[in-house]
Amino acid sequence: MSASGPLVLGIETSCDETGVGIVRGTTLLANVIASSMDEHARYGGVVPEIAARAHLEALTPALTAALAEAKVSLHDLDAIAVTSGPGLSGALMVGVAAAKALALSLGKPLYAVNHLVGHVGADVLSGEDVEYPTIALLVSGGHTSLLLVRDLVSDVELLGETIDDAAGEAFDKVARLLGLPYPGGPQIDRVAATGDPAAIRFPRGLSQPKDMDRHRYDFSFSGLKTAVARWVERARDAGEEVPIADVAASFREAVTDVLLTKAVAACRDRGVPRLLLGGGVVANARVREVAAERCAAAGIELRIPPLSLCTDNGAMIAALGAQLIESGHAPSDLSFGADSTLPVTVIQA
Amino acid sequence: MLLAIDTSAGSSVAIVDRDRGTIVELGEADTRRHAEVIGTLIALALAESGVSIPELSGVAVGMGPGPFTGLRVGIAAAQAFAFGAGKPVVRVVSHDAVAWGHYAAGNTGPLLVVTDARRREVYWSTYSGADEFGLPERSRGPAIESPAGLETLGLDGHARIDAAEVSAASAGLLAEGLFQHRRAFAGPEALYLRAPDVTVSAGPKRVS
Ligand SMILES: [Zn+2]
Repeated sequence: MSASGPLVLGIETSCDETGVGIVRGTTLLANVIASSMDEHARYGGVVPEIAARAHLEALTPALTAALAEAKVSLHDLDAIAVTSGPGLSGALMVGVAAAKALALSLGKPLYAVNHLVGHVGADVLSGEDVEYPTIALLVSGGHTSLLLVRDLVSDVELLGETIDDAAGEAFDKVARLLGLPYPGGPQIDRVAATGDPAAIRFPRGLSQPKDMDRHRYDFSFSGLKTAVARWVERARDAGEEVPIADVAASFREAVTDVLLTKAVAACRDRGVPRLLLGGGVVANARVREVAAERCAAAGIELRIPPLSLCTDNGAMIAALGAQLIESGHAPSDLSFGADSTLPVTVIQA
Repeated sequence: MLLAIDTSAGSSVAIVDRDRGTIVELGEADTRRHAEVIGTLIALALAESGVSIPELSGVAVGMGPGPFTGLRVGIAAAQAFAFGAGKPVVRVVSHDAVAWGHYAAGNTGPLLVVTDARRREVYWSTYSGADEFGLPERSRGPAIESPAGLETLGLDGHARIDAAEVSAASAGLLAEGLFQHRRAFAGPEALYLRAPDVTVSAGPKRVS
């Protein structure tokens, strides 16, 4: 672990977590996360305006807490980094505006960075040497993306992404269908533990031979969600008791299977013997288990950052900022905006 | 001396002083570019005024009423700047800043301030006049209403200002006045005056 390097404070507000993290080079000093998840629970998904309002209230307390946790003062900082996209635009704007003003008030340089590349950047905080190229599979309630990262700060390619729902959204929707609370991921995981993952063969989206040309690395979960709904409706209509554990386990298996099949295929096709996982869905026990099995079988090195660095957080944004600084990138121009669809090839705005 | 920010309509940034008045004021009328312009406006205001951050005694900000997204940009910026500079944030109602400007220009009497709330609604506040220190005395509002509804409120005796922009300098000078005469600032809550848009689902819909 390096005890040197730039001291960077990162701000992340792209979805429902207000994250403020502080790193020194590749050393994690603070990772404070305030989530508005509870406020979204009754709506069954993230409500953008509720998330944005919560960011405004949570940001200053999160800054204070992060500085205390890192035991540094604002004036010690070398730079500020902030997520400028992709994400929910109103939510992003809170972080962008705050980061600009904070950087100006301190006279420090500001780096506007890509949220998805930030997830990849979290890995540099592992304390181990990180090698590139790597394939990165980033799965959360907001995104499902497969990347080829040749260089963290200069060369990231989008191989594929979801063409409809994010995987995390599919978990939420299926949980709701089964009468389980939000967020769905942990709930599905819990009830699936006693279920048979092979009980029902749910469809694997975009996995047919005909899909392999245009959508080889893309994902689709809306058909799966509908298939689960249909199966449950049929059972209920027939007066049968719905085997919730089996449905949850079979659904989870379908999601996991398609995620890892495509990720491992990308590693093979591109000759990249490394796979990095990121995003909140990594909390799913089955996803981690299948990733470990398949990577071991294929001779792929699997990297999974600690969960607190997998879910959306400010430390990963700070870490990417520090990498940009160390590789000599100039600060962002103050005129950048929040870009809800910022392409992954734009590592720094 | 205050840095003042208001993004309840367009984006406005100023440096003001109780004795020197408005030192600099810069604005961008576009109501969809708050996040893009806020940093540049603050940087320019500081540079053009020649005021250094340690000279500031605080950061004033208009808390609305204003449409969600833009309003938040100014508040987030003001809070973060104050945090970084180690200065207090002083909050004012944005309509009060408009009224302050009206009375500071020598006008008297009842006033209606109206700003765009989008979605065919307006934000409005009324004032009975200014007090002995020129501070506006709000009699009703801020509230939200349809333009037709506003006509039924019996506000005919009021001078009316439909403000397309809210001056940060007015917000800042109002804050200076409130401070000097020990009047209350606005509270810490952004004045959205509208609940978040949410659709509460009645439960999963059948697919078959
Ligand atoms: Zn994310």
